[in-house]
Amino acid sequence: MAVHDLTEPATAAHAAPIAASPRTPPGRAIVVGASSGIGAAIARQLACEGWQVAALARRAGDLDRLAAECRDACASTGGRILPARHDVRDAEEIPELFERLVRDLGGLDLLVFAAAVMPDVAPAEYDTAKDLEMLSVNLGGCIGWCNAAAVLFRTQRSGTLLGISSIAGARGRKGNPVYGASKAAMDHYLEALRNRLSEAGVHVCTIRPGFVDTAMTRGKKVFWLISAEEAARRSLDAARRGVNVRYVPRRWGLVALVLVLIPSFVFRKLSF
Amino acid sequence: MARTAVRASPRRAAAEGPPVPRSWELVEGWGMAVGAPSRVLRPRSIEELVRCFEIARQDRVPLGPRGTGNSYGDASVNGAGHVLELSRMNRILGWSPETGIAEVEPGVTVEQLWKRILPDGWWPRVVSGTMFPTLGGALAANIHGKNNFKVGTIGDATLEFDLVLPSGEVRTCSRERDADLFHAAIGGFGLLGVFSRIVLATKRVHSGDLRVRGISTRNLREMMAAFEAGRGRADYLVGWIDCFPAGDASGRGLVHLGQHLEPGEDPHPEQTLSVEHQELPAKILGLFPKSEAWRILRLFNNDPGMRLINAAKYLAGRIEGMGEPHLQPHAAFAFLLDYVPNWKWAYGREPVRRGLIQYQPFVPSAAAHDVFQDLLARCRRAGHVPYLGVFKRHRPDPFWLTHAVDGWSFAMDFKVSPERREGLWRLCAEMTEVVLAAGGRFYFAKDLVITSRDARRFFPPEKLAAFERLKRELDPEGLLQTDLWRRAFAGA
Repeated sequence: MAVHDLTEPATAAHAAPIAASPRTPPGRAIVVGASSGIGAAIARQLACEGWQVAALARRAGDLDRLAAECRDACASTGGRILPARHDVRDAEEIPELFERLVRDLGGLDLLVFAAAVMPDVAPAEYDTAKDLEMLSVNLGGCIGWCNAAAVLFRTQRSGTLLGISSIAGARGRKGNPVYGASKAAMDHYLEALRNRLSEAGVHVCTIRPGFVDTAMTRGKKVFWLISAEEAARRSLDAARRGVNVRYVPRRWGLVALVLVLIPSFVFRKLSF
Repeated sequence: MARTAVRASPRRAAAEGPPVPRSWELVEGWGMAVGAPSRVLRPRSIEELVRCFEIARQDRVPLGPRGTGNSYGDASVNGAGHVLELSRMNRILGWSPETGIAEVEPGVTVEQLWKRILPDGWWPRVVSGTMFPTLGGALAANIHGKNNFKVGTIGDATLEFDLVLPSGEVRTCSRERDADLFHAAIGGFGLLGVFSRIVLATKRVHSGDLRVRGISTRNLREMMAAFEAGRGRADYLVGWIDCFPAGDASGRGLVHLGQHLEPGEDPHPEQTLSVEHQELPAKILGLFPKSEAWRILRLFNNDPGMRLINAAKYLAGRIEGMGEPHLQPHAAFAFLLDYVPNWKWAYGREPVRRGLIQYQPFVPSAAAHDVFQDLLARCRRAGHVPYLGVFKRHRPDPFWLTHAVDGWSFAMDFKVSPERREGLWRLCAEMTEVVLAAGGRFYFAKDLVITSRDARRFFPPEKLAAFERLKRELDPEGLLQTDLWRRAFAGA
């Protein structure tokens, strides 16, 4: 019994353009964690340059606002934002959503992982549930999305992965052990991906921002503060130049250098 | 007819269990000249495999079976639907060092098999020129090796298999049981069902080394004479051909004749039979990492460069031909294509746009020499000279859609680029006329150019009709499809 006829030629929905065919300039991107902060700024900047950008976040309202904002700003370049609601803790949803987005975009050139949470942690707080939640967003989400994109990029032998990590991964400070651990793990994971994928012509760029004017830094003692727009501009610039690891702004690289040189018995006496 | 029901009904199974691992990726033929982005499903069990059929049904798209994607053309590409990759069903289910019989899941690779059985003194009866194909894919393509003239194809070494049909039914087939399906599914390119279990006979060996002799030949006629002279005593015979020179030197090359050692000839078989003894060196001259060697080959990937490399290899062959036979590990002799990892990237790294195709006609003995010389001349005239030519001797086998003839095959690697593509396809069409007129055949694991009209001319009509009847019976919805199916079967 024939349930339905599959002997017909390729359906239009599946006659997807070949990744290697001359692509529509300038590019197609997925930005995970695009409702605020650096992620939102990256999505906005790409769209304004004419990119097709799938913008993902938990908060649908913020995404719609971003899309509406870009609609006018991008009118001349042809760029656009495709908003998609997604919680990065839902790893099982990723393969399906990734496939749908790449098909909607007509291919993929860049994946940006910018989702992260940094809840306040009290000095004597050791809350496993809270810590694992943080790990699930900052690291689990990164692995889920980068793995999905890595498979596509490896097989099409092109593409860029851009991960927004943090200076916080440089040393294990007292303040927020698991936030720092999640960023250190992300750095390690992205470095390994870079080494794996370089053979296939795929680039992986890790960004380690210092203080950026976002929800994360609000109400905290900060210095050298830059805007999210500035951080986004510098991050995209680093990715385009094929930089492996970039501190944003670059002077944080010196801070990181000093940080790693401080001996442990001194480091533990420091207040930050 | 033997029928075994799968445990859960397919409809129910679709809703049960964790999701089948999947990804969205560019699925290309090994030669990179064809490919399409697809959802790739990677079942880990028969239950998940049956669930993949259900997923394709629900999405109303066909499903294309694939192993590790080592066929040159579009045999495991499915641009119209999902791809069913069997590489995660890769357990060796049973192995008996007493009888040399192995029972494997379809995703077990040639590499896994030889590494498991060689230390016990066995070697696969039939292997491909690379160790990375899966045995499921190998059986679906009915692959042959350098010993085709002597032992036949991998189908000839297969005792039994289980085939999962699109209905979810699992059929056990052998020469005695469901013999029609046995002879149709081997070489059936996954279009009737998907292998879930394969039982293979292997060959007893008394050493991890082979005795190998190089015979330099100044033209095709000499090469064929060397094959015929060596056929009685050789276990393996393979010829390499420099396709560039014309005239009297047309078809010049190098024959390698391999022989198994007799018991007692190898004083330390336990040492040579070890996997370590077989491993190919990871560095060239101990210095340069092999993983980067393709970048050097790339510099030569043009007509003058390949003319030079082929000439250098021919000269090296003349020197080798003067020497004595030498010992070489099985893996080093068998898996020539694995010496330089990713060497195909020398052809370019823009999937679908750049790459290579292999064109491998199989021609009956009497006509072979003149046909192949004619083809070589046409290649040179058209300005598409193959960068690699490989020559083999074959024998017929009983499988319905077999490519094998009592004769010879000449595999030619052609560079594909956007500028060359159209002309190359025209040349292939012209060559196909010559081959078909001589009663020749083609082999779909290597092919990207044969049309369904061509295929209808070289398959025995009654065998093709029987195959198509089975296809309609076992897969009435047309669930199992590949680009190959749509190109070379369904189009007529």
